[in-house]
Amino acid sequence: MAIVQNMPIAQQLINLFAALLLLIAFAMLSQRRIMSLINLFAMQGLILTLSIADSAWLTHQPHLYYSAALTLLLKVLFLPWLLHRLIRKLEIKWDVETLINIPTTMLIGIMLVVFAFNLALPISELSGTILRNTLGIAMASVLLSFMMMITRHKAIPQVIGFLAMENGLFFAATSATYGMPMVVELGIALDVLVAAFIFGIFFFHIRETFDSLEIRHMEKLKED
Amino acid sequence: MEIFFLLGMPLLGGFLLALTGHRRFAPDLNGAMSLATLLASFVLTAKVINDGPVSAFNEQFFIDPFNVFLVTLTAFVAFTTSMFSRPYMRIEAEHGRLSTARLRLYHSMYQMFTFTMLLALTTNNMGILWVAMEAATLTTVLLVSLYRTPASLEAAWKYFILCGVGIAQALFGTILLYFAAEKVLGAGGNALLWTHLNAVKGLLEPTVLSLAFVFLLVGYGTKVGLAPLHNWLPDAHAEGPTPISAVLSGLLLNVALYAVVRSKVLVDGALHSHFSGNLMMGFGLFSVVLAAFFLSRQKDIKRMFAYSSIEHMGLITFAFGMGGAVATFAALLHMTAHSLTKSAIFFAVGHAAQKSGTQMMDGIRGLIKTNPTIGWGLALGSLAILGMPPFGVFASEFLILTTAMHEHSWATPFLLVALGVAFAAIFGKVQPMVFGETAGKRLPHPPALAPVFVHLALVLMLGLYIPPYLADWYRQAAALLG
Repeated sequence: MAIVQNMPIAQQLINLFAALLLLIAFAMLSQRRIMSLINLFAMQGLILTLSIADSAWLTHQPHLYYSAALTLLLKVLFLPWLLHRLIRKLEIKWDVETLINIPTTMLIGIMLVVFAFNLALPISELSGTILRNTLGIAMASVLLSFMMMITRHKAIPQVIGFLAMENGLFFAATSATYGMPMVVELGIALDVLVAAFIFGIFFFHIRETFDSLEIRHMEKLKED
Repeated sequence: MEIFFLLGMPLLGGFLLALTGHRRFAPDLNGAMSLATLLASFVLTAKVINDGPVSAFNEQFFIDPFNVFLVTLTAFVAFTTSMFSRPYMRIEAEHGRLSTARLRLYHSMYQMFTFTMLLALTTNNMGILWVAMEAATLTTVLLVSLYRTPASLEAAWKYFILCGVGIAQALFGTILLYFAAEKVLGAGGNALLWTHLNAVKGLLEPTVLSLAFVFLLVGYGTKVGLAPLHNWLPDAHAEGPTPISAVLSGLLLNVALYAVVRSKVLVDGALHSHFSGNLMMGFGLFSVVLAAFFLSRQKDIKRMFAYSSIEHMGLITFAFGMGGAVATFAALLHMTAHSLTKSAIFFAVGHAAQKSGTQMMDGIRGLIKTNPTIGWGLALGSLAILGMPPFGVFASEFLILTTAMHEHSWATPFLLVALGVAFAAIFGKVQPMVFGETAGKRLPHPPALAPVFVHLALVLMLGLYIPPYLADWYRQAAALLG
């Protein structure tokens, strides 16, 4: 408790945001409705933005404010808007996915979190910066998004998992370090943007060819 | 300045062809831009020969003996592939497999792909290296699905998702690397510059770097096609248009391995152990063995040669993992020889498949009767890739095997068996395709086979005589890589 009391409020806030990110990662893992999934993704982006802005304030790194702004534009406003537009055009707005065995998925998710924390432990101890548990949480949300991509059968939730993984990585970059150099961050943002467009193009191609966005239809190429 | 032209040419080409890629002259423009890139790379090489390593734009780019030959190789194979693609894509368009919009996409993305690979090779910034690798995936993913067949869409989706996830791991590795570097070099743009990191690599935190290397190896290793992360590779090579298979196999895999090796140098400096080498040897050996046994089960000719690429990349990774002057020299030589040979094979395979109307090996027969040049190209290329003397692949495989016998004798039987199995599989399948009986017709168009024989001649030369500059770079690079 003593440690917590000595922490400045900004730092406690970062821990709060980290916890919220983890919570959202779990929520995404179990969410079946495509609309809610996109909203969760936007919320994750918003919390990421707040946490980056908070780190900027705490560490007096002006360039972190730019990356917060970039995250806000790209991950909270643009990508969710694009996804909403896509599902409207594809007319799958009310799609519900059948997920098997949510409790098991959640249990495996918890194990992943424990694993991530243990992996990050030696590094967290080294760090004098704001990070204590944040690196572990970042790693956990990357792994959880990864798991979401594996358990989903539809193209759009897979893509949201991919983008959520990118969010986890960004959280790691801004909380473990003082943010990557600006030119690298811009490059990453550009890649994410282009990837999102290509995903969009893909949805239409897949639908045109297979009449559905189920990935199951595309499991022909296999070694026999 | 030379670097500016080297990167500017393909970028400009990408924009120009985005506007004009469907016109009649587009394939020629594509070839001309690739030629300009090649000339820029020659100027750059001449400068490195005269002045030694160069860096440019505030050390954001740098060229040393390790990447100079890869830059030239990339520009060269990109140029010869564009020469091959001129008649090849015209024939494909005449067969009605491509619309004008898709031709525009193809030509523009071809140039952008060259740009991203050259950027990855010349940048000094580990973060930009990641960005360029991801961009290389993005530029090729729509090319894999260019024909819009269900199989090609599936291959492209798999490529996109697997490489996207893989490369995300590499980003995490890069973040950890930055985390360690920042403590030594301070926050800011310079903490990710490879030359700066290399100067202080002894001071970097070992635990962080070993974890970072695992992520970097898994991430970039996915793009190298190391087993068990190789699933995307055979599909993407088989379903995409042949010029793209040639550059994916001949160039992209090299560039990804380049990224792994750059990371390895830093990690070795920090750890003072053989941790990274052991990991690379393990992944490499597993890929060689797995790919060799999958070779004999293939029915599609492009898939078979894709597995052969996995096998060779595994061998190179294994050699880099062993380390030491001889093994690293051999690995660099093998990178060069494999890239030239494999792209030559894909050129021949492309025309063979076009002639027969199928990629299934059962349907390709008697090439030497109807189109002797295609037949000889495929036969000689296969012999070269199987490590027959006097081709260059023989020299490098021989060096790798003898070093393995000396230093890691336990690995030799695995390597020998795998190479033997690969030989039997590929030779057994290529032989009837080249010499068998056929009722098929000649290819109505003149095939573009000059690149095949130029590549094979170069590989032959590498087996008999390595030019002194090249040998010198290999040696210097080997000293640099340890």
